[in-house]
Amino acid sequence: MSDGELGIWGVPLAMLAGAIRVSTPFLFVSIGECLTERSGRINLGLEGTLVMGAMSAYGVALGTDSPWLGVLVAAGVGLLLGALHAAICQLPRVNDIATGIGLMLFATGLAFFLGKPFIQPKAPNLGAIDLGWWSDIPQVRQALQVNYLFILGVVLAFALAWALRNTRWGLIVRLAGESVDAALAIGASVGRVRLIATSIGGAFAGVGGAFLSLYYPGSWNEGLSSGQGLMAVALVIFARWDPIRCLWASLLFGAAGAISPALQSIGVTQGYYLFSAAPYVLTLALMIATCSPARSLRGAPGELGAVK
Amino acid sequence: MSVIGTVPFPEHRGAPSLELVGFSKRFGALAALDDVSVKVNAGAFHALLGENGAGKSTLVKCAMGYYAADQGQILLNGREVEIAHPKQAHELGLGMVYQHFTLVPNMTVLENFVLSRGKLPPVIDWASERRVLADYFSTTPFTVPLDTPVADLAAGQKQKAEILRQLYLKRTLLILDEPTSVLTPDEADEVLSTLKKLTRDGAVTIITITHKFREVNAFCDTVTVLRRGKLVDTRPTADLDNDMMAEMMVGRRDNRVVVEREARPPGKAVLRIEGLSVADHVGQLAVEELALEVRAGEIVGVAGVSGNGQRELVETLAGQRDAQAGRMLVHGEPYTATRPEMIRHKIACLPEEPLRNACVADMSVAENMALRSFDQPPASPDGMRLRRLPMRDMARRLIEAYRVKTPGPDAPIKALSGGNVQRAVLARELSSEGDLLIVANPCFGLDFAAAAEIRTRIVQARNRGAAILLVSEDLDEVLQLSDRIVVMFDGRLALQTDAAQADVGAIGRAMAGH
Repeated sequence: MSDGELGIWGVPLAMLAGAIRVSTPFLFVSIGECLTERSGRINLGLEGTLVMGAMSAYGVALGTDSPWLGVLVAAGVGLLLGALHAAICQLPRVNDIATGIGLMLFATGLAFFLGKPFIQPKAPNLGAIDLGWWSDIPQVRQALQVNYLFILGVVLAFALAWALRNTRWGLIVRLAGESVDAALAIGASVGRVRLIATSIGGAFAGVGGAFLSLYYPGSWNEGLSSGQGLMAVALVIFARWDPIRCLWASLLFGAAGAISPALQSIGVTQGYYLFSAAPYVLTLALMIATCSPARSLRGAPGELGAVK
Repeated sequence: MSVIGTVPFPEHRGAPSLELVGFSKRFGALAALDDVSVKVNAGAFHALLGENGAGKSTLVKCAMGYYAADQGQILLNGREVEIAHPKQAHELGLGMVYQHFTLVPNMTVLENFVLSRGKLPPVIDWASERRVLADYFSTTPFTVPLDTPVADLAAGQKQKAEILRQLYLKRTLLILDEPTSVLTPDEADEVLSTLKKLTRDGAVTIITITHKFREVNAFCDTVTVLRRGKLVDTRPTADLDNDMMAEMMVGRRDNRVVVEREARPPGKAVLRIEGLSVADHVGQLAVEELALEVRAGEIVGVAGVSGNGQRELVETLAGQRDAQAGRMLVHGEPYTATRPEMIRHKIACLPEEPLRNACVADMSVAENMALRSFDQPPASPDGMRLRRLPMRDMARRLIEAYRVKTPGPDAPIKALSGGNVQRAVLARELSSEGDLLIVANPCFGLDFAAAAEIRTRIVQARNRGAAILLVSEDLDEVLQLSDRIVVMFDGRLALQTDAAQADVGAIGRAMAGH
């Protein structure tokens, strides 16, 4: 082992490292969507927000040489896209789903258009914390390079779970998602609550995008997201609208996404593309397993259009 | 009118009196309320009685500020107040409990109570909130578990929680809108007798909208009867008997449904259900190993409080839900509720909420009436093409025969009133002279005359030899129509009895699971 050869043990280690790395955008998008959906609004456009976030973060990091400024701008762009979605959905007779898909296409297209000049240059990347300092094995050290955004995401997931249970603001968000009548009865403005929740959800997704372009894979191109934003929306259903479960579900999806590179690292190259499809297969399997015409989902917010 | 808010209303502990003077409210051409005045004494248990559309709900909604009355004054403790918004009503101590539940199902009782209080600190101290509420519950006549999500409470507990919340919010005048329709007789008695005690103690004044004479007799001091938006009278309950109340309500004495039935021995078994188990929408068994037989020429009435598996049973028979175990036989052949089987065995079905369960709301009356027969001659000569003319002719015939009030056969069915949708579906289902008729809550929400007519049609079908399974939450309806009565409780049959020897007490106990 002294020469750094871990053999078969390299696979779970690489999957752990991959899970943390790959799960970060899932985590941000899913807790953002979780917040949005708990307020009774569904935002399918987060895939577009993710791509817009990735592009704007990369562009800003390239221009200013500050990746953290890029993250901030990505959050701002996400906030605006979320607010736009919420504002459109508030108009009478407008459907959340259709608006979400429209905005997803709009934001993706806009990102591709504005992002053309950023495809080649190399922007500075976000850093990571070295949690493997105690080990001599380079693979372990490498696997325990945990990026800051993942840690921020974990903190946000717990903070959101706490806030939804223990703060006035969290209870009112949930009330708006469960029963418009009850929210109006205590004098809450459902539209305003949803506008705020959807905007913050968008900001989270923007940060997830910044992670894609500034940490892993760490560059900007048009195939960067490949549907991760949409998968994260499905993941919220799997996580039953609970931010902490969103964290576990993201890690599960991350691990599935890391199977293929992990196997490759120990020399299993057969079926590389097949294993790459694991997260998509997982999404499909989860949707089939959790959706049934005979049962409605427990824990689903009462006002959520898609599950009504 | 004086404006509340500029002059602070003196804090009034204990039950207030309420007087509604000269209330009128029009909805378009319809006079929902026409100069109605009611005086409710402090600490009274006051019943508001009337048929559907009599104006009971409109009156209390005006009093609560949900509707703006065209005319009318409200006197609270003899002092004029203005209530333009439910919030104002709440500030004055008026609260309303509805037939449907308003607590948020995905939140716990504790969360619901704390939220409805309105004024919350930015961060909620659950430990102290729980302590306060537990202390409060120790003073109330009944309690509910604090940390259970409301969705997991039984109907009776939910209604208790709704009432407790009103008391917790210091409401001293409660308006109850058919509060016991979702409860077993025992649960209803428990809730109402506790409220009765609260009124005796002078803690609250209660106005209850009801249609159950039994409850009026047992609990109410005074009763106000409305008919078609007009006040009939307000009288002490002690001066009235059921016949007098019924007469005041419907304005004529022939209100009781008298259904002529031929005495005839039942024929062969048409429907046999063996060991049927069905899961509900969250995957829990709603029907468990149910066995039941319905024979030709008999009405089998399934009584029970809603939520004991009746809905799932009917959905399984109608093909809307799959069974987990067991089987159904029609005419001795296995039956899986497919369309060909329903046509072959001549099965008709009138599910509850027909607009949702048996109609396409946006399609016309004629199209909806043809849903059973559109792919057969004459509506379709070859199963492919549709011919509108025969469909419309049939619809015209049925509209006439069943007196469906519709602008015409081409009007969308969702434009019809509830009773007329019910009639339209019944017309469609009975027009095929079926061998087996499955009916669920056929008269829910209908007025006396419409209900009587639909019940007569059902008995006529029985008289001509159809086997009828009648599932109803209205015990009177089951008692009136059935040849044989079964009671469903918790997914199983709790009681089976011939209607002729039925003991209402035993049925009531079986409905409550005793």
